[in-house]
Amino acid sequence: MSDTIFAISSGAPPAAIGVIRISGPEAGSALRKLAGRDFTPRRASLATLRDADGGPLDQALVLWFPGPATATGEDLAELHCHGGRAVLVAVSGALEAIPGLRAAEAGEFTRRAFANGRIDLAEAEGLGELLSAETELQRAAAIQMAGGAFSAQVEEWRTSVLRLSAQLEAALDFSDEDDVSEMPPQFAEDIGALSQELDGWVSRPRAEKLGEGYRVVLAGPPNSGKSTLFNALIESEAAITSDIAGTTRDVIERNVAIASVPFSFVDTAGLRDESDDAIERIGIDRAREQLGRADTILWLGPEGEGPDGAWEVAAMSDADDYQAKPSANYVLSATTGAGVDALKQGLVAAARAALPKPGEAALNARQHSVLSDAAQALRGAIGQRDPLLCAEELRQARGAFDRLIGRTTTEDMLDTLFGRFCIGK
Amino acid sequence: MHSFDVLVIGGGHAGAEAACGAARMGARTGLVSFDLGAIGAMSCNPAIGGLGKGHLVREVDALDGVIGRAADAGAIHYRMLNRSKGSAVWGPRVQADRVLFKAEVQRIVKAQANLTLIAGEAAALRLEGGRVVGLELADGTALDAPRVVLCTGTFLGGTLFRGEECFTGGRIGENSAQRLAEQLRGADLPMARLKTGTPPRIDGRTIDWAALPEQASDDESWTMSALTEKRANPQVFCAITRTTEAAHDAIRANLHRSPLFSGAIDAAGPRYCPSIEDKIHRFGDRDGHQVFLEPEGLNTHLVYPNGISTSLPVDVQHDMVRAMAGLSQAEIVEPGYAVEYDHIDPRALTPDLQLRAIPGLYCAGQINGTTGYEEAAAQGLIAGLNAAAAETDREAPVLDRANSYIAVMVDDLTLQGVSEPYRMLTSRAEYRLRLRANNASTRLTKLGIEAGCVADERAQWFEHREAMRAVLGPLFAQKLHSKELADSSLPVRRDGGEKPISEWLRHDGVEFADLMTWVDAELVEALCANTDLADEMAEDAAYEPYLARQDAELRDLRASENLALAGDFPFAEVPGLSSEMIERLTSASPPTLAAAGRVPGVTPAALSALLVYARRWQTAA
Repeated sequence: MSDTIFAISSGAPPAAIGVIRISGPEAGSALRKLAGRDFTPRRASLATLRDADGGPLDQALVLWFPGPATATGEDLAELHCHGGRAVLVAVSGALEAIPGLRAAEAGEFTRRAFANGRIDLAEAEGLGELLSAETELQRAAAIQMAGGAFSAQVEEWRTSVLRLSAQLEAALDFSDEDDVSEMPPQFAEDIGALSQELDGWVSRPRAEKLGEGYRVVLAGPPNSGKSTLFNALIESEAAITSDIAGTTRDVIERNVAIASVPFSFVDTAGLRDESDDAIERIGIDRAREQLGRADTILWLGPEGEGPDGAWEVAAMSDADDYQAKPSANYVLSATTGAGVDALKQGLVAAARAALPKPGEAALNARQHSVLSDAAQALRGAIGQRDPLLCAEELRQARGAFDRLIGRTTTEDMLDTLFGRFCIGK
Repeated sequence: MHSFDVLVIGGGHAGAEAACGAARMGARTGLVSFDLGAIGAMSCNPAIGGLGKGHLVREVDALDGVIGRAADAGAIHYRMLNRSKGSAVWGPRVQADRVLFKAEVQRIVKAQANLTLIAGEAAALRLEGGRVVGLELADGTALDAPRVVLCTGTFLGGTLFRGEECFTGGRIGENSAQRLAEQLRGADLPMARLKTGTPPRIDGRTIDWAALPEQASDDESWTMSALTEKRANPQVFCAITRTTEAAHDAIRANLHRSPLFSGAIDAAGPRYCPSIEDKIHRFGDRDGHQVFLEPEGLNTHLVYPNGISTSLPVDVQHDMVRAMAGLSQAEIVEPGYAVEYDHIDPRALTPDLQLRAIPGLYCAGQINGTTGYEEAAAQGLIAGLNAAAAETDREAPVLDRANSYIAVMVDDLTLQGVSEPYRMLTSRAEYRLRLRANNASTRLTKLGIEAGCVADERAQWFEHREAMRAVLGPLFAQKLHSKELADSSLPVRRDGGEKPISEWLRHDGVEFADLMTWVDAELVEALCANTDLADEMAEDAAYEPYLARQDAELRDLRASENLALAGDFPFAEVPGLSSEMIERLTSASPPTLAAAGRVPGVTPAALSALLVYARRWQTAA
């Protein structure tokens, strides 16, 4: 039988309240030892917690959840103590002293929830992302994953493929029966539709983008005002600005959220060919590399000389030597702030279009790769004339779905198969 | 002579394979049967093979078993099912003359060295300290043997039903061994009840064959056994008829008289081989079901109507049969009936088919909840080889889901158990593309030779075949340019470049014969002399991209197959396992981590917990 684990589940003390969670077969008896009585399940009750010698430790709100219908699938207790450091150390110490109890390892509660079938792999992944979410968009995407919305979608695909497999397997295993005829025309259509749907998902924005932020790279010749605009965008003096050409030598990167949208702004060395400063040349190479990774490039140089697709920005509209950019997307002054808000709004709109939509599940790298396998298998199944090979492609797709939510079996395919057909011998 | 290494009880398909397999392994083996003349009897349909089942026959044959050769000796009708589909799901099937089939089984059994036939009724197991030490016969004779294989079919509390009638026994006219059954019940094994059925037999002289479409034996030369040189018997044809609305009406009007519906039988029957009353009841919208009229032999008039297994009363069977085309004058010789029987929950067995609760006792065939001769034969072989291996210090061939249907079945049975009579299906095999009926020898014969269960004749045949494989290899590797093919008006693009013949064979419209002009005359000759092998190699080439994609999957599988969770593995001590997981794992006792992953309901996280603990446990042990 597994150990009973406990941990401080709220933030670092000191805080107003410190929550200690206990999960495992001994959770109930540990609670009895500490509080000296039994508790009504799923009711908040006030209790005095005492150590082994009967000395009072704290007055706490106690919640008791008998398993298996709990977050971990095991008996679970929560002690809402006063959030002082010493209080939590004392209560933890008393728990540690109870035989069969030990401090939890990182992620162990979630792992138990997974092991006990309370959550599947995708939900566990979502939970991890939810806990590390820093922006509203990340939170909204993670909750979709953790709440099982994506799992439900995978389950739906899996059921569809299972149904298609069953039709195919019936044709393969019972072709000697008149009850099972050739594949209906609907079969190919269904595979095609499913394949398209998966391809759509595979090309969707990824979850990492939410963590990394929408990447905006500022580029232009030296002294075109990149660093000044950079500082204005991130609302901080992160980059050194001066009149000296080549002040910014390395890449500077800052993550900020604008209107809840995560951005990663990148300031780069000014692009010029004739520098004889070795360090500056390295900086220029790095700047060019950054251009390739950008979601949007803000080009502050002369009109039309920037990389393809870059936004033309006239950054120093208030400067004396302002060179007009007649078809600039944005005309602004980073020093006065004029026009910067319009640029921000434009960036927010572009980022929103490119990032996962609020409330839409976003795939992480693993999920993306596994789902791509499924999509590829389904594309392979389209137009496959040998039903045996078509069945193999569908099996591969099913395997991918199972890996997505962490499950594997072939028996339920047979259940679907036999539930639908009249099969004679 | 009362002392043996292995004793086999029962001379059906499982018993014959178990006994011969054990004897081939060099174990001193005894085969105990109530009636030696009944050894090799086909108790139900007169056919061997079919979809999935044909694979099993070929695999048993590849390990030098009996059933393939006996099927060829009795075959009066050959048919390759699924011919139009990919070769991995082709199902070789024969209809066999019961008399010829049985005679060949008996010939092989009698000729088998190390095997003694013992006429007698097995009355009770002799047990000492909980393990098997031998067998007691009904006449009081005591036989010694540390290994006993039970291949006794439906004898465990079998009850026959026909309409309102009900009899005790296995097959009609045979007694079931009640004492042995009581002993097994006493051992507190997990048991469950299943049912199976059989159709009425019809007198062929009363069938209007001319009125029905014929199905002829196919005119190719393939055989069930790799060792059979050519088909032995004259080939007969079958006929096809259908049930009619009138037949359905007769059944519907009398459903309440069927023990299936009156409540007399409540055991689960097979989903895929339902009785005709089941079909009518469950699929009422269908206006007819196909029925194959299969002759039972060359010298009998009995005809087996495949597709109307039933337990309805005799008068209803009569009306139903007569309502079908071609059967308006048909006479029923032996009415159909249903059998309800107890079987052991096969999860009580280890992968060598030994009962965990009674060491030394093996079970094979229907007693494990399966249906079909082929499934029985394959289990008999496994039980026999393993029982013999344990007594002769040898290793039985190592089979897994990636190398045989036999292992797929044994694995399914011992891990998943059964909820209905288990029948082999190709869809049960994940790695079906590599498990073809026609590459069974390549997959298994070498393993059999290494284990010592393959006799000289087959070993030599196999050696020659492998030598020919080496000869033909260069043919498949030979490169041809697309231009050459296009110039010979083959349907390929001129700019396709140079590719080996193995790849050209994947193209639609490119056949072996088309490419022979570019191949050495000597190789062409070798190819023509070994068409089976050449076809197999061509199929390998055709499936190659798919097989390559499975390789990673197989590496994972084999790695976790190598992580043993031996009999005393303490599942309860694995940190992080819920009590539900512990209960499931303990009752299924998966022998490896891979097997644990196939236990129903075991979560991937539980597996990773197992993995970590098993590694430590293995190094500690």
